[in-house]
Amino acid sequence: MAVCVAVIAKENYPLYIRSIPTENELKFHYMVHTSLDVVDEKISAMGKALVDQRELYLGLLYPTEDYKVYPSYQLCRYGYVTNSKVKFVMVVDSSNTALRDNEIRSMFRKLHNSYTDVMCNPFYNPGDRIHSRAFDSMVTSMMIQVC
Amino acid sequence: MEGLTLSDAEQKYYSDLFSYCDIESTKKVAANGRVLELFRAAQLPNDVVLQIMELCGATRLGYFGRSQFYIALKLVAVAQSGFPLRVESINTVKDLPLPRFVASKNEQESRHAASYSSDSENQGSYSGVIPPPPGRGQVKKGSVSHDTVQPRTSADQQEPASPVVSPQQSPPTSPHTWRKHSRHPSGGNSERPLAGPGPFWSPFGEAQSGSSAGDAVWSGHSPPPPQETWVSFADTPPTSTLLTMHPASVQDQTTVRTVASATAANEIRRQSSSYDDPWKITDEQRQYYVNQFKTIQPDLNGFIPGSAAKEFFTKSKLPILELSHIWELSDFDKDGALTLDEFCAAFHLVVARKNGYDLPEKLPESLMPKLIDLEDSADVGDQPGEVGYSGSPAEAPPSKSPSMPSLNQTWPELNQSSEDTAIVHPVPIRMTPSKIHMQEMELKRTGSDHTNPTSPLLVKTSDLSEESKINSSVKFASGNTVDGYSSSDSFTSDPEQIGNNVTHQRSHSGTSPDNTAPPPPPPRPQPSHSRSSSLDMNRTFAVTTGQQQAGVVAHPPAVPPRPQPSQAPGPVVHRPVDADGLITHTSTSPQQIPEQPNFADFSQFEVFAASNVNEEQDDEAEKHPEVLPVEKASDPASSLRVAKTDSKIEEKTAASVPANVSKGTTPLAPPPKPVRRRLKSEDELRPEVDEHTQKTGVLAAVLASQPSIPRSIGKDKKAIQASIRRNKETNTVLARLNSELQQQLKDVLEERISLEVQLEQLRPFSHL
Repeated sequence: MAVCVAVIAKENYPLYIRSIPTENELKFHYMVHTSLDVVDEKISAMGKALVDQRELYLGLLYPTEDYKVYPSYQLCRYGYVTNSKVKFVMVVDSSNTALRDNEIRSMFRKLHNSYTDVMCNPFYNPGDRIHSRAFDSMVTSMMIQVC
Repeated sequence: MEGLTLSDAEQKYYSDLFSYCDIESTKKVAANGRVLELFRAAQLPNDVVLQIMELCGATRLGYFGRSQFYIALKLVAVAQSGFPLRVESINTVKDLPLPRFVASKNEQESRHAASYSSDSENQGSYSGVIPPPPGRGQVKKGSVSHDTVQPRTSADQQEPASPVVSPQQSPPTSPHTWRKHSRHPSGGNSERPLAGPGPFWSPFGEAQSGSSAGDAVWSGHSPPPPQETWVSFADTPPTSTLLTMHPASVQDQTTVRTVASATAANEIRRQSSSYDDPWKITDEQRQYYVNQFKTIQPDLNGFIPGSAAKEFFTKSKLPILELSHIWELSDFDKDGALTLDEFCAAFHLVVARKNGYDLPEKLPESLMPKLIDLEDSADVGDQPGEVGYSGSPAEAPPSKSPSMPSLNQTWPELNQSSEDTAIVHPVPIRMTPSKIHMQEMELKRTGSDHTNPTSPLLVKTSDLSEESKINSSVKFASGNTVDGYSSSDSFTSDPEQIGNNVTHQRSHSGTSPDNTAPPPPPPRPQPSHSRSSSLDMNRTFAVTTGQQQAGVVAHPPAVPPRPQPSQAPGPVVHRPVDADGLITHTSTSPQQIPEQPNFADFSQFEVFAASNVNEEQDDEAEKHPEVLPVEKASDPASSLRVAKTDSKIEEKTAASVPANVSKGTTPLAPPPKPVRRRLKSEDELRPEVDEHTQKTGVLAAVLASQPSIPRSIGKDKKAIQASIRRNKETNTVLARLNSELQQQLKDVLEERISLEVQLEQLRPFSHL
């Protein structure tokens, strides 16, 4: 399950970032931030047309990182970028369940769909932080159940 | 919880209240909705209510048992009396007045309260209790016996506004009068909206009074108790009240009032039956919504676009966040537009929210848009499935909703909105300094001389990207050798240049060291080789002066390998044709010419001006190379060179020679141009007087070429035209030269900087 989910706008500022509360959130923020570089790299390395969803999914951004702190997670970061250069970064804990690529893809698909739903809301100004409860609930369903 | 001791009055009062709340007649559990309303009517701040709930244990249990309810009531009394809420206070506070639940509907209620308070026993027990608004109050006060008659009557008086008052439940002990009212629960169309918590009634009253302060009223209410504690409360909004309120607040009061009353009458959502479905829209409400829909979209089967809906709902003055949530709930098919059903649902939610009811997390069933039939809720079940979108193909992000007919229509809207997010393909990020890019562009512009023997230099621009860094260092080396890293060659400063230098290198690579130039500037994406060849500056384009420092340092700031001035001048004058010759000259001369400090050797110009000076070039060339590079860089270059000569140059000098050579090989600019440029640049660059003189000389030379143009009027028209043509050519050439020189100037400047840095590195202590 995801440990942290972040939606980053085109200009590389976060629209939505949420991590499991028990962990040091700052650490996750930092991880997401550093992942942005990798995401940008992959974007630029790719061809121009990013229509295929396969290309939207960037895959594992960073080698597994051992989370040395007590929880000893094995954190993997996955990235996904939309055609509008909105990036989704997800940090998953693979220590418990080895998440398959398909699962990650489906998680991103759900994220993407929820994000588009948010965008369709006329009261949502693109560039604002996402406060949608539906989005929140969807993300919650993906996150690790702690507590 | 410790034992609760109640006085008789309290006991009775509490039991009546409990009965009131016990809509399900379980005699055990008080309906959370009712309790919530009751507590709201207590006019206590929300957090206090919450605290009370926690204290009484309801939050633990999740429901209000009789004991919890009693405790809660006691705590309400405690709170109302101003005592701190403590578990102990339940029993310790003596002579606590009965908790007061203020309906505050209007003075009638207060009257009731007064009447109640006057009473002692039964009523006295309700002393503090002000009967809630007619509908509610009656229910609440159900247990209050006859005294309630008064409120009842008052309530009855208020009835006209709301035809029927039917407390949702009939407290078992409700007085007859109450009963009368309470027995209306049935059907509920005409039921009075009971659900409305006390506070809501005041707004209603106000609405009735036609005040447009309805909005203010909403805001004035304390927020409904937090959702979490009211597990089952969430969906028990007094829709009817809300709805009545809403129209009042939003719409014209008179109409609203009527509508409100009508809706109130109808709405009473059959509490008993609608406990599960508090969000049902009554007919009046629906009619109202439909009318509103029509004002926006005459076609009832059409859609209200998101923007129009946004404006409309913004009028309700709800916070954007809540409106956003309402939209999420109501836009069933997620198409960015509202159908009639969706609109009604949204409107209903807005009304509910304005009345203080929390928004549900999920769209209530009764509000789900019905695709097929307005009344047919059979489709509701289908809706949820579609709402998920989870199954929607992920390919196109926008393709959310499954099969909603409206989807296609609203698609364009979505597209627009998504387009707003600027779908753009990745934009390559240029890492190289823009200057380089600029130069590149200039090169391309001006350039066309790809004949530059130092074509490799031209190429290098492309190579630079990665190697620039490395190259730069290398280049510097070469540059050093060159000394003036001829613009084309070795502006090691430029990453590109460097690369080129390396590639072509001339042998310089070995020379310089290296300088361990600082990591070469990021590769320049620019194609670079454009006519860079024509411009010596090819490399100069690589801006990186700063970065190149190291490399550049090694690179002697020697003038860009422009064709030796001596040579340049000559050929330049004669146009490109001569340039070749010039180039050759330059190539030769540079070698001979060590990086002489005295770049400003304007003699060349003079020579040049004089004629196609090729012979003299050697000397001049020597100077030129240095001059040349300077030319490019204009003054700074010259100064740079000078600097070099002064200090770092020493190293450079050695390098410069080779650099010159390299320069020669890669004529800084197309032969003619460089020459010309040199002339000009030198003119410009050389602040020295000599330059001026030379300039003049050069100019003269240039002009000399022009004289060829027949001036005599008497000449044939042809001659005139020829002369015109020639002039134009000259102009073109000069323009190109100018641009090239500009570029060279830039390059030289960069090189200079890099060289200075290098110098500093090499002799850090030589100067401060």
